[in-house]
Amino acid sequence: MAKKIPELPASTLADIAFMLLIFFLVTTTMDVDSGLRRRLSPMPPEDMEDTPPIKERNVFIVLVDKSNRLMVEGELMQISNLREKAKEFLANPDNSDKLPEKKLVEIPFLGEYEVSKGVISLQNDVGTQYGTYIAVMNELVGAYNELRDELSRREFGKPYNNLDKDRRKAVQKAIPMLLSEAEPKKVGGK
Amino acid sequence: MSKFRNSGKKELPPISTASLPDIVFMLLFFFMVTTTMREVTLMVKLTVPKATEISKLEKKSLVSYIYVGPPHKQYQKIYGSEPRVQLNDQFANVGDIPDYITAEREARDEAEVPMMITSLKIDEFTKMGIVNDIKWELRKASALNITYSSRQRAD
Repeated sequence: MAKKIPELPASTLADIAFMLLIFFLVTTTMDVDSGLRRRLSPMPPEDMEDTPPIKERNVFIVLVDKSNRLMVEGELMQISNLREKAKEFLANPDNSDKLPEKKLVEIPFLGEYEVSKGVISLQNDVGTQYGTYIAVMNELVGAYNELRDELSRREFGKPYNNLDKDRRKAVQKAIPMLLSEAEPKKVGGK
Repeated sequence: MSKFRNSGKKELPPISTASLPDIVFMLLFFFMVTTTMREVTLMVKLTVPKATEISKLEKKSLVSYIYVGPPHKQYQKIYGSEPRVQLNDQFANVGDIPDYITAEREARDEAEVPMMITSLKIDEFTKMGIVNDIKWELRKASALNITYSSRQRAD
């Protein structure tokens, strides 16, 4: 009879594994980075000609000054009201002649759709707080997202986030995110 | 009846710990897989603003970070208390950003470069002046995909 191989002592294995486990527990950071996605506009070419001026009714001007006050189309406003106002501007439900024009565009899945020519222009001061800027930006992006979601529910009966790629593209075409950020004015100190 | 009752008091058998290493190893592997090591030590105070319209960053390997905020106390003697830019592990000037972006690009596969995202982690009390300068530099470096890092606001 062959000699029996003595069993390996496995009791210390748990200790070693525990030590490793504790090390990874401590070094783990589970936070998923999240944020407001934006795309910057590319640098204009040197020899660019002046773009044709945009009609005043097609521009929605949002100004934030250095004491974080918000002025929308010449009126002081609270950030909480901004989203509604921006949505009204972009949708122009009553075809008012003060709000932006619309252009009929042929879009797959949607047929002829009246695409608004409205542009939101966001201008901030050098002294504006970043937190306020993000809050304003959040409301404006939120206005676009809500409009897209409404359109998607109306046309396809599902929320925008559940659409497939082609339909999402169509909705994006119907409600393009035109959010321009003007160069900040350098007025006042820091 | 005594058929079922064994004579004498029997002690409880010791609980077998042989499967303990297996369980611990399972946990270990879970944490090993989910771990992402903190690559930089933050030298600036950072509270990112809150927002609702946020999306998660999926591919962490494609993200480069720019931190902006007032320096921590131990650095304030040298760098002052005004918000500063931190790239990798050191304080930098806004003008260093294009070089940083180029370095980040070279570290990636060429096919992945257009998908790269710059995550701006900026303290909410920073003034927009420095943020605009950073955006300007990013545009010059044509790193146009950015995200303003923010937390979910519950409302």
